Amino acid sequence: MQDTMKRFFDGDVWWSFKRNPLVIAAAITALICVLGAAFAPWLAPHNPFDLKTINLLDAFTPPSWVANGKSQFLLGTDDQGRDVLSTIMHGSRITLLVGICAVMLSMMIGITLGLISGYIGGKLDAFIMRVADIQLSFPAILIALLIDGVARVVVGKEYHDQIAVYVLIFAIAASGWVQYARTVRGSTLVERNKEYVQAARVIGRSPLAIMFSHVLPNVTGPVLVLATLHVGTAILTEATLSFLGVGVPPTQPSLGTLIRIGNDFLFSGEWWITVFPGIALVVLVLSINLLGDWLRDALNPKLR
Amino acid sequence: MTTPLLQVKNLRIEFPTRRGTLVAVDDISFDIAPGEVLGVVGESGAGKSLTGAAVIGLLEPPGRIASGEILLNGRRIDNLPFEEMRKIRGREIGAIFQDPLTSLNPLYTVGRQITETIETHLNVSKAEARERAIKLLMETGIPAAEKRIDHYPHQFSGGMRQRVVISLALAAQPKLIIADEPTTALDVSIQAQIITLLKKLCRDHGTSIMLVTHDMGVIAETADRVAVMYAGRIAEIGPVSEVIHHPQHPYTVGLMGAIPNVGDDVERLTQIDGAMPRLTAIPSGCAFNPRCTRVSDVPGDRCTTERPSLLPAGKTQAACWLHDKNRTSAAGVSKETSHV
Amino acid sequence: MSDSKILLEVRDVAREFDVSKPWLSRVIEGQPEQILKAVDGISFTINRGETLSLVGESGCGKSTVARVICGLYKPSRGEVIFDGVDMAKAYGAELQNLRKRFQMIFQDPYASLNPRWRVGKIVAEPILSHNLIADPAALKKRVDELLTQVGLSPLDAEKFPHEFSGGQRQRISIARALSSNPEFLVCDEPTSALDVSVQAQILNLMKDLQREFGLTYLFISHNLAVVSHISTRVGVMYLGRLVEVAETKRIFQRPMHPYTQMLQSAIPDLKMTGKQRTPVAGEVPNPLDPPTGCAFHPRCPHAFERCKVERPILIEHPDGGQVACHAVEEKRISIRLAA
Repeated sequence: MQDTMKRFFDGDVWWSFKRNPLVIAAAITALICVLGAAFAPWLAPHNPFDLKTINLLDAFTPPSWVANGKSQFLLGTDDQGRDVLSTIMHGSRITLLVGICAVMLSMMIGITLGLISGYIGGKLDAFIMRVADIQLSFPAILIALLIDGVARVVVGKEYHDQIAVYVLIFAIAASGWVQYARTVRGSTLVERNKEYVQAARVIGRSPLAIMFSHVLPNVTGPVLVLATLHVGTAILTEATLSFLGVGVPPTQPSLGTLIRIGNDFLFSGEWWITVFPGIALVVLVLSINLLGDWLRDALNPKLR
Repeated sequence: MTTPLLQVKNLRIEFPTRRGTLVAVDDISFDIAPGEVLGVVGESGAGKSLTGAAVIGLLEPPGRIASGEILLNGRRIDNLPFEEMRKIRGREIGAIFQDPLTSLNPLYTVGRQITETIETHLNVSKAEARERAIKLLMETGIPAAEKRIDHYPHQFSGGMRQRVVISLALAAQPKLIIADEPTTALDVSIQAQIITLLKKLCRDHGTSIMLVTHDMGVIAETADRVAVMYAGRIAEIGPVSEVIHHPQHPYTVGLMGAIPNVGDDVERLTQIDGAMPRLTAIPSGCAFNPRCTRVSDVPGDRCTTERPSLLPAGKTQAACWLHDKNRTSAAGVSKETSHV
Repeated sequence: MSDSKILLEVRDVAREFDVSKPWLSRVIEGQPEQILKAVDGISFTINRGETLSLVGESGCGKSTVARVICGLYKPSRGEVIFDGVDMAKAYGAELQNLRKRFQMIFQDPYASLNPRWRVGKIVAEPILSHNLIADPAALKKRVDELLTQVGLSPLDAEKFPHEFSGGQRQRISIARALSSNPEFLVCDEPTSALDVSVQAQILNLMKDLQREFGLTYLFISHNLAVVSHISTRVGVMYLGRLVEVAETKRIFQRPMHPYTQMLQSAIPDLKMTGKQRTPVAGEVPNPLDPPTGCAFHPRCPHAFERCKVERPILIEHPDGGQVACHAVEEKRISIRLAA
């Protein structure tokens, strides 16, 4: 372990990280967002879901630096008197949870199908890739909407709210696996012809063992980059779905839900309800994307 | 002796990296006379290709010439601005690389590439340039040259492509050709054809060649003199037959013994233990000392502390303290030369 | 295990590759299917303890033969018989037992080791795959022993392949190949990516190991000098066929097939004896469209009508070895002694 750490800090990736102030800033921002979201119940100044502490009289309080602002509500309150900063922190929590889980699920599906497709080849490969092509010809959001709609019909309204988060994760994952499958398939096609794979075949190791123990560790680089960038996209998809009202229920608002709620009051002058969650979303996605872009360049020796 | 066509004096090539500066070629000097073929031989990492690239001004950054001079016909060319070097390249120095496919532009016909070179460097009309191109292709042994001149590189086979590259290198009638592993990518039978061709053409045109290769067989067949490189330095330089039959540097001795030879009935090949040092860890003193079996024959710890310069040894020059005249017992290396 | 002298027999093996364009573009462009006959019916045997080399220029199918023997490709035709067992008919435990007894060493020391695995794991993979040693301590001891045998240090087991030079990596490949105690090694150009001084180390090591463990080698190479050094017998291939097989000494001193003669004279002359080269015209034809009859006839100085229509077969020559040439059969070629 110590050895691995040492190699990481000696390596090119860390070196390129250290030389890039924008990336360091992005990493710190992303870290603050993630920590703020993860520890929201302890860090947030208020608990927006505890009805006892919410006072409707505090509703529509503007940010603290604006006239009529109150110092205990730094970014103001929403229509129900909930502290905007706290709802953002709790909302990011759901947003990040959905984003990261969706990406992991997407990765698992995509990597497995990509490995099988690339390594086995033949008719199975053709089938998987045609399915991927067909899926690519639909916008991701449409697929997510479809899955969400089906789930609503199947489980019914009352249960749907309980499983909404899982449906959302599955919907986003199902619309994103194609990229992983294609990338992994491409790298697998290259790796499977390398001599170390042939050497494993000569001693009679099974295709499954070769795929996962030999090929997989050698195709993870591009997947890692893809995954980082995908977290950004997945968060945006989640926000879009929630904004459209088909995402998580308003009782557990995500950033997208918050923006949608605030949107109703944008033109009546209560701008802060929607603008601050919006800024949080932009900052979060931007910092993740910057990290992803940098990782892509750092792992690609040709661009160095 | 006539004035040399090319003079390389104390050339040093460095690669700045974030872990410090690597010295890839360390203080080497050699000359090439007009019409002479100098072989530069060495194992991978010896710096032979870099030396060739430096002469033709195509050193890939971050590699750079740190010190030393390169003179062509007495004129210094290592510090010329890019534009002027470009004029010299092609006109006065031609190049042949290992992979014929990458040295030709796949989008143009071979005729266009050759005539363009002729037109750029020589003051001739389009029609005459084309005529010359056809003649060149014929000379390099391409059948039906009038027809083949309008073909694209991919329409030629590997051996034919290398012939086209040779025509291209000779197009502007340069005085010097840098040939970097010109036969390595080719099959044995084609290799023999290309070597014969290269030799004949340069004799006919009076062109000098700097032939960079790892293959001692190619050197033996083609070169007049040979420089053996090791870890960025010249270990031995001299007439080919002398270096092959009476090598003076312990590295050359080992190298010659390590090459298997058809018809030799030896059970084991001479083995030089270890490997060429990495550029990050070149030993002090003689770079070969950790692998050398003769270190104990040199008094004191000279081999590990003091770098030997090229000393006269037999009919060649070798960078080895065994040949230092001031040494008490001057037992030459050649006593135990290999079986070659 | 049978007591026969012959360890491996290859009977009329052919391997074809479909190199056609995809079906749709083929139909649109009206092009026929294209079949590449990489190996076109070759037969040979390898005796226990000997080294048989296959030589030839690129595209002659020598590497394909190696891969067919190791089971990486299924032969399109013919049989590979290892120690009396037809490899195509062996299944399950029998196949695993056969696989344990042969190993392959590849050309590119940079591609033949998994870059993400430590050397110890790479060397141990065949042992674990064949369930030879289960005890971790015994396994570690065996890996250390193997690394020492090929001239590396047991400490190297903890390192990754990129920390080694080309020659050291090839030693790792050899250690790995030896780990299941095989009898037979298929070596596909094991030294052609290496420098000469390192090549000498590897060739010496291979010879030492052969003597120590009684190994049998199939050695694939394009370098005739290396082949003449390491082999007991040599087979010369041209466009997927064997044109001559004979004892090493005989093939280099008295090459009979015109192609062998050509190859022999094309070897760069290190001794600078000024020997005359047999002028070689032309290049290897496109393997997708091989010449009729004897594949070598368009380049052969001795070709005549029969060579263009009738494919010569390997026949025993009274002076030793087998040659596939009408001109030799009809005694129209003077067998000259090599310099």
